[in-house]
Amino acid sequence: MGKLTVGSFASLVGSLSLDFTVKLCEAAVKKGHNVDLWLSGNATMLSKKGQKSFRDYSALQKTIEALLATGKFQMTACEACAEARGYHKEDTLEGTKRHSMDWYLASCFSADRVLLIGGD
Amino acid sequence: MTKKTLGFIVRSLPYKTEASRLALTHAIASQSVEIYLEDGQTVEPIVCFIGDGVLNCLKNQEAMKHYGDTSIGMHLENALLVDLKVYICKEDVERLGLTEDQLLLDAERLGADMKAEVVPYATIEKVMQEVDHLQFF
Repeated sequence: MGKLTVGSFASLVGSLSLDFTVKLCEAAVKKGHNVDLWLSGNATMLSKKGQKSFRDYSALQKTIEALLATGKFQMTACEACAEARGYHKEDTLEGTKRHSMDWYLASCFSADRVLLIGGD
Repeated sequence: MTKKTLGFIVRSLPYKTEASRLALTHAIASQSVEIYLEDGQTVEPIVCFIGDGVLNCLKNQEAMKHYGDTSIGMHLENALLVDLKVYICKEDVERLGLTEDQLLLDAERLGADMKAEVVPYATIEKVMQEVDHLQFF
C-alpha cells in the first residue's frame, strides 16, 4: 500500500473542497493506504475542536475522528496559519498535530503521490 | 543524497486569495525541512508562475503600505535569497502586455545571487514533467 500526502487550503465552511478532500482521504484509507492531510490557510479550521453540526454547513469532525482512529491517517495543521486565525494549541482536535510548513514538505518527500486540493 | 523535486505552479492572482502567498511560503519552508528528514535527504522546490499568476511578480508592490502586510514581491525576493529556482512564463508576460523591466527578477538588495527567469512555456512544461510531485496554486 502507498502513502498519499494531501494539502488543502480550502475553507471548512464556504466551499465543498474540504469535504471532497476528506472524502478522498477516507476512500484512500479504506483501500489500505496511509494518508497525511496537511491543513494550511483557511483549512486549518478543520482541526479545531468543538465544531457543531448544522445541516446547512459542512460537518466533518466525526469523519475526521473516525479516520484518526484507524491509525492510517494523520492530520496536521499549519501552526502559523492557525495562530493568525486566533486558533490556539489548546483548541486543537485530539489526535491532530500542528507544525510549521516544512512538515508538509517532509511529508511530500516520503509520499508516493501528492495532491493539492482547493485553495481559496 | 536523495532529493525530491517539488513543482509549485502558481496560477492565482496576487492578493485576491492566499494561494500564491502560500505557494511561496511553503516553497521557502524547504530551508528547514531537514529537521524532519533523515541525513542525506532533501527537497528542492521549483516555483513557476503561469497565466494570471505572473502578476505576482510585478515590481513595486505596496502591500505593506496599504494593508500592513508583507508583499508577494517580498516573498519572491526571499525565495531568491534562499536560492530557489523561479520561472516566469514568457508568453503570459507578453499576453498581459508586460515587459521584463516591470518584473521583480532579482533580490540584489538582499544580497541574493539567484535570479528569476522569464522562460518559454515549453521550459515550464518540461519542469512539470520532470518534478517528482506537482502542485497547482
